[in-house]
Amino acid sequence: MTQTTEAPARGIGDQADAVASPVPRSTSTFAKALNAALADAMESDAAVLMFGEDVGRLGGVFRITDGLTARFGEERCFDTPLAEAGIMGMAVGMAMNGMKPVVEMQFDAFAYPAFEQVVSHVAKMPNRTRGKVRLPIVIRIPYAGGIGGVEHHCDSSEAYYAHTPGLTVLAPATVRDAYFMLREAIASPDPVVFLEPKKLYWSKEEVDLAELRRTYDGGQAPRRIGRAVVARAGTDATLISYGPSVPTALAAAAAAAEEGRSIEVIDLRSIVPFDDETVCESVRRTGRAVVVAEAPGFASVASEIVARVQERCFHSLAAPVLRVTGFDIPYPSPKLERFYLPSVDRILDAVDNLQWED
Amino acid sequence: MSTATNEGRGSMIGAAAGNAAQPTADHALLPSAQPVQLIDPEGHHTHDDRYPLPDGQKLLSVYGRLVAGRRINDQANALVRQGRMAVYPSSHGQEACQVAAAVVLDDQDWLFPTYRDTVAVITRGVDPLEVLTLLRGDWHGGYDPYEHRVATQATPLATQLLHAVGVAHAAKLRGEPTVVLAMCGDGATSEGDFHEALNFAAVFHVPVVFLIQNNEFAISVPLKSQTVAPSLAHKAIGYGMPGERVDGNDLAALLSVLGSAVDRARDGGGPSLIEAHTYRMQAHTNADDATRYRSADDVERWVPKDPILRMRTYLRGLNLLTDDGERALAVEADAIAAAIRNGLNTEVDVNPGELFEYVFSEKTSQLREQAEQLREELARGTDAEHGAPIDGATNQTKGDRP
Ligand SMILES: Cc1ncc(C[n+]2csc(CCOP(=O)(O)OP(=O)(O)O)c2C)c(N)n1
Ligand SMILES: [Mg+2]
Repeated sequence: MTQTTEAPARGIGDQADAVASPVPRSTSTFAKALNAALADAMESDAAVLMFGEDVGRLGGVFRITDGLTARFGEERCFDTPLAEAGIMGMAVGMAMNGMKPVVEMQFDAFAYPAFEQVVSHVAKMPNRTRGKVRLPIVIRIPYAGGIGGVEHHCDSSEAYYAHTPGLTVLAPATVRDAYFMLREAIASPDPVVFLEPKKLYWSKEEVDLAELRRTYDGGQAPRRIGRAVVARAGTDATLISYGPSVPTALAAAAAAAEEGRSIEVIDLRSIVPFDDETVCESVRRTGRAVVVAEAPGFASVASEIVARVQERCFHSLAAPVLRVTGFDIPYPSPKLERFYLPSVDRILDAVDNLQWED
Repeated sequence: MSTATNEGRGSMIGAAAGNAAQPTADHALLPSAQPVQLIDPEGHHTHDDRYPLPDGQKLLSVYGRLVAGRRINDQANALVRQGRMAVYPSSHGQEACQVAAAVVLDDQDWLFPTYRDTVAVITRGVDPLEVLTLLRGDWHGGYDPYEHRVATQATPLATQLLHAVGVAHAAKLRGEPTVVLAMCGDGATSEGDFHEALNFAAVFHVPVVFLIQNNEFAISVPLKSQTVAPSLAHKAIGYGMPGERVDGNDLAALLSVLGSAVDRARDGGGPSLIEAHTYRMQAHTNADDATRYRSADDVERWVPKDPILRMRTYLRGLNLLTDDGERALAVEADAIAAAIRNGLNTEVDVNPGELFEYVFSEKTSQLREQAEQLREELARGTDAEHGAPIDGATNQTKGDRP
């Protein structure tokens, strides 16, 4: 795996979480924050279980479950036979019977064998039973590209899940959000598809994980499910983004600032539920918007965002809402992915095309 | 815990007595050469070394459930013909499997049924009208799975087998003595989830009894097009669990074989696979035309093997079942049928507002908007006949008005 060349996301979570602290703060990676969130959730609730492929002794291929088996035992964090539908279906039964399973799909494209269980049961069971059976399952998926991965290791599969009523779909972009959103996902009574941008696993922020834990356990972390956040304030146009594309959008906004344009960046965090309010408030204010996402653009989450913004903010718009997305092609091989991924230049081009009067 | 022990795997489902040669562990996992039978189609007891015949009083009490089961199938078919239900996958001819699957379980146990297992669900104690909600068409499920520990009737084939494994796994982790009985058809054994469920159950050594009702057809496709395995029960050895085959029209054999598998699971012996040989006497559902793929003669051959007839002959032969007793059972069955008939002849009020209620534990802002849209449409008046708003508007989002 090659380290991301993107600028790491820098502390763009809710400022409200930041408890003033006189001592210098330690740093953590996105991956370590996820690991801490899992450990803290397992510590605070015996019903929380973690299972999947290679998540036990190895600690997961990305080490997100590192140390959990040693700390909580083989009954709480364990390897399953190699079968994704089996993992998902067993999680359904365990959730029916009092557990809160967190499952890891090893990679985005290897979650597909579990798709029938996700669509036909995880998403529908609560509705089918008129809420009698809730399924507090978290499906963790190392997700999307930008890591020089070979085929089947870089898919942006969010639209499949977002299109399925009943699934909460989250994609954190910062270290703080990784921690808080995973804790919130595990605590949610609803099934959550938790998309972990692989290229951000090694990104760092100045955060103290113990402090994040105190903040969350103390009920001081503002809700993130269904709440987008303004990651960078601006006045001239809004970039709407989530997960792996947020750092790219922020880099584009920084570059635009040098050219004298003030660009606001929205980090959705939560694809479903979607925060129409925060998005529309921003676009009505700036009058211009570009949606940035890595997935192929056709029939995508980006398409949905454009449609929603256009329906709700039409009279505030000075230009059509544009999209910078992946092309409508299978995810390219490592030497070609840079031509595919939304880049700072492509975003700046789109911003330039927003029918500026000057 | 996550690594299964080999403990208990060497024993057969029944007692291992009667086998002269020292069986290897492999042999012990194989099903018997012929399906286990305790009462033959003529109503005579046939001895089996491993499986005891349940006592007469027990058989008599369960026989009443068989009679009721047949009556429920007949009544449900009639209600479909009358347009009161959308469809009914009948278990006519399979009632012994249906009843046995329900009565071998204790209250703390779980049953995982399919669309065809309505009689099993009712036998377990679920209100028939709640069960038939699905097929009447007013909601996708009508009963609370926790009330009688009966999962929703699964339609996507074999998917429920994995849920059964999960329920059993959770119970095992908490040290509860719960056993889970999971049902599927012969066709469903070709699905990937069947394989994954059996393998997970075996690896995690969880208390699940898998019951396949081999009724020889998956809609139109005969079993020989699904598999060339010696039997479906033989598949068990590939997972390292015992397999057994049983005459699926012999209530006594089913009670004995399933009962011993349930006991074994409860005692920590792990999962097992039981194949019940039976026959789907009616079409797949009322919407199916079975004459396109099988002859009347094929079906006719199974008439003398009827599970109810067989048990009746046996019980009458022992004078356990009398004319008075039969009349009383018929009255009971009629009462169940009448309750179903009356219930389904009463129109239920469906509540369109409920459509948005259970998608998430809390409505999203999008669902609140859509619920409000539908509420407004209904307040304005709709073309009830077509279910569409009179003005033809559909799913319109509130546009941005200047
Ligand atoms: C995954 C899936 N594929 C196809 C179907 C459509 N279907 C419903 S029942 C059925 C036949 C199932 O046969 P079997 O498992 O033998 O059960 P039986 O109906 O005989 O009880 C089929 C193909 C389905 N319900 N689920
Ligand atoms: Mg069949």
